[in-house]
Amino acid sequence: MNTSISIEVRGLHKTLGSQQVLRGVDLSVNPGETMVIIGRSGGGKSVLLKHLIGLMRPTSGEILIEGQNIAGLGERQLGAIRKKVGILFQNGALFDSMNVGRNVAFPLLESGARNAGVIRKKVSEALGVVDLDGQQEKMPVNLSGGMRKRVALARAIISEPSCILYDEPTAGLDPIVSDSINRLIRRLQRRLGVTSIVVTHDMNSVFHIADRVAYLLDGRIYFLGSVEDLRQSADPRVRDFVEGRSGEAE
Amino acid sequence: MIRSTGRIFLTLCLYLGELAFLFLETTGAILRGRIRWRLFWQQVNEIGSRSQMVVMVTGGFTGAVFAAQTFFQFHLLGMDSAVGPVVAISMCRELGPVLTGLMVAGRVGAAMSAEIGTMKVTEQIDALRALAVHPVDYLVVPRAMAIFVSMPLLVGESIGFGIFTSYIVGVKLMGIQGTYFISNMIQFADLADVSIGLIKGFVFGILIVLISCHQGLHAREGAVGVGRATTDAVVICSLTILVVNFVLTMGLNIIFPA
Repeated sequence: MNTSISIEVRGLHKTLGSQQVLRGVDLSVNPGETMVIIGRSGGGKSVLLKHLIGLMRPTSGEILIEGQNIAGLGERQLGAIRKKVGILFQNGALFDSMNVGRNVAFPLLESGARNAGVIRKKVSEALGVVDLDGQQEKMPVNLSGGMRKRVALARAIISEPSCILYDEPTAGLDPIVSDSINRLIRRLQRRLGVTSIVVTHDMNSVFHIADRVAYLLDGRIYFLGSVEDLRQSADPRVRDFVEGRSGEAE
Repeated sequence: MIRSTGRIFLTLCLYLGELAFLFLETTGAILRGRIRWRLFWQQVNEIGSRSQMVVMVTGGFTGAVFAAQTFFQFHLLGMDSAVGPVVAISMCRELGPVLTGLMVAGRVGAAMSAEIGTMKVTEQIDALRALAVHPVDYLVVPRAMAIFVSMPLLVGESIGFGIFTSYIVGVKLMGIQGTYFISNMIQFADLADVSIGLIKGFVFGILIVLISCHQGLHAREGAVGVGRATTDAVVICSLTILVVNFVLTMGLNIIFPA
């Protein structure tokens, strides 16, 4: 696969219970671009990301993947789109009843691959990309948080998607593992040329991996620009987030 | 009062609608051949093979106790040889399927609900969906097919052990004539009684898999939610089996009159 795809979100609204999480998000991601979405915890970043792969349905608005609106598609109709898009969940979401090798092989097995030799080779390659080749027999419960995320990333890339979505890839990891994940995302983007959308509030990640940055605030895209634009922004609300200021008195 | 009654009624309608939808999704997937045979055999082992001890003990001791109690009463009337048919018909028509249903609901229904619920709250089901795998195809279909096959067999096993232990108790312990015990049983209990038991077992199996998987798929709020889903699955399965058993008894008596 690996032909980059474009993603466009138009007027996306989402209400959960009585809370309006998204209030008209408009965002366009170019093919092959790495878009980083930043925003405060609980601000709707993960909700937005889940809409991009049809895991959540919008209250209103459109989500266009390669020009096709997926907002109204049923669960089974979404299958074709989902095969083009990989996702790294915040906690990895590895299948805990399967070992690492089987987790990574899962997309291949489900797409009908049966040649054990080919599957083994592809699993080994995918795990090699995340520096975990040789860990095939380990169970997810015996892996550290960083390893789980890397295995999940190997699972996301094994079927060579055209787009990868990352949900807080460095959350809860130490700075060194975070740096290795950031480098990995950058390496994958260069090597596979895929469209990447990363949700994070880790500014180190932003400066390391982003082509463009979108700041989600109060359910809307408040700022959209390059990393350089973000650095030079004089907007106080953007500066507060970038510099990590709460505005509260000591 | 009216408002709360209305709310309960609407909740019940919504719940039944969701169960019906899950049933249609599952049967649709089976008919379209979306069957993962490896998972199916795993579930046959989990649901069928590993439930056997529970079912044998339940059926066996129920048959033994029922034979003893029936003998104590019938002996006073000089009707010792009626113990065999009474136990056999009761085991086939009621005790076998109902007790097996309750035991399987407790053992298998709880496990299904807990496993699927844990997958739900740890985003494993979202991961399945993101990998273009429908959760019903992957999680519900193998379990449903396994229980469709296993439940009638487990009910048959329960009935068989119940009758066997009733023979041991009646003939070996209570001194009923073995020949009369068997010949009366064959005379009064027939294939219709066994069919009723197996049909009931099949229906209870459908209810257990639908209710338990539904509870798991709708689990929320972490470990507490999974615990609640598991408990609810067992309670709802058990109550539904008892209620539906009455409906089935009345309905099947028309098809297979006593």
